[in-house]
Amino acid sequence: MKLNLKIWRQKGPNASGKMVDYQIDEVSPDMSFLEMLDVLNEQLISKGDEPVVFDHDCREGICGACSLHINGEPHGPGRGITTCQLHMRSFKDGDTIYIEPFRAKAFPVVKDLMVDRSAFDRIIQSGGYVSVNTSGNTIDANATPVRKENADAAFDAATCIGCGACVASCKNASAMLFVSAKVSQFSLLPQGQPEAKERVMNMVSQMDEEGFGNCTNTGACEVECPKGISLENIARMNREYLKASLTSK
Amino acid sequence: MKLDSKIPEGPLKDKWTYHKNNVNLVSPANKRQIDVIVVGTGLAGASAAASLAEMGYNVSAFCFQDSPRRAHSIAAQGGINAAKNYQNDGDSTYRLFYDTIKGGDYRAREANVYRLAEVSANIIDQCVAQGVPFAREYGGLLDNRSFGGVQVSRTFYAKGQTGQQLLLGAYSALSRQIAKGKVKMYNRHEMMDVVIVDGKARGIIARNLVTGEVERHSAHAVVLASGGYGNVFFLSTNAMGSNVSAAWKAHKRGALMANPCFTQIHPTCIPVSGDYQSKLTLMSESLRNDGRIWVPKKKEDAEAIRAGKLKPTQLAEEERDYYLERRYPAFGNLVPRDVASRAAKERCDAGFGVNKTGQAVYLDFASAIERYGKEQAHMKGLNENDKELVIKLGKEVVASKYGNLFQMYEKITDDNPYETPMMIYPAVHYTMGGLWVDYNLMTNVPGLYAAGEANFSDHGANRLGASALMQGLADGYFVLPYTIGDYLSGDIRTGKIPTDSKEFDQAEKEVQDRIKKLVGNKGTKSVDHFHKQLGLIMWNKCGMARNEKGLKEAISEIAALREEFWKEVKVPGSANEMNPELEKACRVADFFELGELMCKDALERKESCGGHFREESKTEEGEAMRDDENFTFVSAWAYNEKPSESELVKEELKFENVELKTRSYK
Ligand SMILES: Cc1cc2nc3c(=O)[nH]c(=O)nc-3n(C[C@H](O)[C@H](O)[C@H](O)COP(=O)(O)OP(=O)(O)OC[C@H]3O[C@@H](n4cnc5c(N)ncnc54)[C@H](O)[C@@H]3O)c2cc1C
Ligand code: SF4
Ligand code: FES
Repeated sequence: MKLNLKIWRQKGPNASGKMVDYQIDEVSPDMSFLEMLDVLNEQLISKGDEPVVFDHDCREGICGACSLHINGEPHGPGRGITTCQLHMRSFKDGDTIYIEPFRAKAFPVVKDLMVDRSAFDRIIQSGGYVSVNTSGNTIDANATPVRKENADAAFDAATCIGCGACVASCKNASAMLFVSAKVSQFSLLPQGQPEAKERVMNMVSQMDEEGFGNCTNTGACEVECPKGISLENIARMNREYLKASLTSK
Repeated sequence: MKLDSKIPEGPLKDKWTYHKNNVNLVSPANKRQIDVIVVGTGLAGASAAASLAEMGYNVSAFCFQDSPRRAHSIAAQGGINAAKNYQNDGDSTYRLFYDTIKGGDYRAREANVYRLAEVSANIIDQCVAQGVPFAREYGGLLDNRSFGGVQVSRTFYAKGQTGQQLLLGAYSALSRQIAKGKVKMYNRHEMMDVVIVDGKARGIIARNLVTGEVERHSAHAVVLASGGYGNVFFLSTNAMGSNVSAAWKAHKRGALMANPCFTQIHPTCIPVSGDYQSKLTLMSESLRNDGRIWVPKKKEDAEAIRAGKLKPTQLAEEERDYYLERRYPAFGNLVPRDVASRAAKERCDAGFGVNKTGQAVYLDFASAIERYGKEQAHMKGLNENDKELVIKLGKEVVASKYGNLFQMYEKITDDNPYETPMMIYPAVHYTMGGLWVDYNLMTNVPGLYAAGEANFSDHGANRLGASALMQGLADGYFVLPYTIGDYLSGDIRTGKIPTDSKEFDQAEKEVQDRIKKLVGNKGTKSVDHFHKQLGLIMWNKCGMARNEKGLKEAISEIAALREEFWKEVKVPGSANEMNPELEKACRVADFFELGELMCKDALERKESCGGHFREESKTEEGEAMRDDENFTFVSAWAYNEKPSESELVKEELKFENVELKTRSYK
């Protein structure tokens, strides 16, 4: 099939960007979206133009690197998938596709479709861990049973891939879904209890500092999240936060 | 050159304890004076960086992704082994050791493997303490599954996302140290060279991928945890960025490359669908717990299926050839990877392949769905003869075990594996070869260490499933933190390593020159154009089956293509900006040299062992035939500009605790 692409091109963080039109023929429905961009880039290189820059690595929906805003949706049409898992069979001959970077104040553009999501790393650094050193002398893994229900819920929260689609989908560019997924994982496990209070307070304050917006419960994030991270996590984090702020002084 | 593997004295089971008790230590105050560079933040690198920082060293960590959390380890699916014996099925440190040695076809070092098995249990404890949400049973205890090549259940898992959960555990430990200022993290940085001063590794040259700036970083020791090099084949299950460059630069600076031809071709991957294909997707080995592998018994049926005239579900049980169960009744669908891959190739080459290209076999869950469904119906007191109900219940169980894998499969192929069998074919997955290291994980260059998939150490000629995650974390959490101190104890008075020495000048200049050459090249062809051709040569001639003629051809074809690459490659853009084509070009240039060396290594190893199958060395039944008399050694290669003329250094392998046997899974 043939497609018309409108792609955001931006030379660098401080340059101004614009949408540029491209045409691409011979797109196979079995191609992934990123493979389609590979083909476009091969075309551009052979013409002596600069290829389109975008983040990607695993190409199987797990590393969280890919991050395109396709036809107005983070990771494009289709639910429960990342951009790299989107296949061209979701489009039809003659379609026009708009491809932009994830947009948020806290995710500045690096180049073209690539953005800087290091704010997420800094949020994790502020408390997204259990403070346990490597020792070889921690207690036996089976010494602390965990209810299967809780273990499974903690796992579900922990499957967040840190892609940032939740932020990109939110009109406030809020990072609540991402942060609450981490907070929830630990709050559901006995290992997370000792630091629960500090964790939620510190992570929320770092989130605010990074310039993410407030959560107004629109729920767009849950819809666009490729890993199905549920809004329940936000509710759980709000409870944790409230508990922590009531007892912290 | 003579290699000293520095294996400690004493009986196998006491070596590690003895060694730990006798290595030199660095006092806490002195650790603060010592800098360590860790290249890579996968399981091996992140766990090493976090642990070393916790101990007090000043760590600088590097990764080329935008965040350490995205290292390729994140993609590991199936699980991690540990000799916990929670299932009481006879597992033990010795049995894990034995299975690993045997699985590796007796080409790994006994002492290293024993240590790996010994620390395996600690890994699970450590990860659980970090809050890694492993799968659990209803009683709240940890669940296990089985992987290929073993007869116990020792694999811990988190659905099909074990690598993700383990890496996020290590990443959180790393993040904690970054917050404390003990680790300085360099994201989007690519190591371009190692700097050797007075014979010791004292730093690296790195390129800031955002600005293009070439930087100098010094340290008292350098740890390479840069992953495997499966992408030399272009198509593999590795992430797009996985590369050999960090290891290759070390090789060029004197570190020996060991067993480079030992490549693991994984039997269960989604088959190739077109030329635009950029990577292959693994379907976890855990699927072989419940999936049965087959092709039609009759060629006509296979042909009809390829032509789209027949559906697999229309073939009756008697018309199917469950060839693994037929050939290897003791292990059935759970034979090791190399055996399963070759068996699939054998059937497809014989004309029984099932997709359009004839390069695919079935992985079928129908029996598992029925079995689990009956079990559930029985447990719930429902009618076990209600077929529809049984299938529904069975599908639920299968979904709970493999849901995300089934979903991934459907996303890619548009086929529903709950209704029709999956189609799979072998693909390049893992590289057992890597930098030669001694018992301390140090290469032959003092102060230069290699951990995780980047080293060659523990898996011999074939890695067992769920053992790479184990090895990466063992190296990073439990081995390096001890062994590196022994070396660094000699550096407590050295003081900071200056970066204005002539060695740094020279290394930086070489990097700048290479970048200039690539960017300034007036070629016309893209990097991928060359990479794809290289991959094809490697796959056809140094892949699942190898022979003398093919390997010799490959060596000259690669050399010719490499020459063309340097003349004809086109790298658009400049060096002073984010330039992914330049990154690729630098990596592919190294793959060209590596590819040639792999062929040389495969050519010289005239036996078949593990993943290395020489057509000249097989039994009458077509099974691989080892030659212990002549090849019980590690092949370590010293760098040569013409890789096929590299010098071979042998490390003889001594087996004192296991008897060398023909590996049989029949
Ligand atoms: C799809 C898939 C599934 C798998 N499933 C399993 C499984 O179930 N069980 C199992 O045991 N094993 C599995 N494996 C194997 C296992 O995942 C890997 O062997 C292991 O994760 C490698 O870890 P590592 O830390 O050595 O390297 P990696 O995780 O590959 O990390 C490499 C790091 O090095 C960095 N790096 C590389 N080069 C440079 C450079 N030049 N400069 C700067 N940084 C650099 C990267 O940024 C990255 O951080 C699987 C592999 C694949 C491909
Ligand atoms: S919560 Fe979902 S959308 Fe947000 S970062 Fe995690 S995986 Fe991505
Ligand atoms: S490239 Fe890894 S999630 Fe898309």
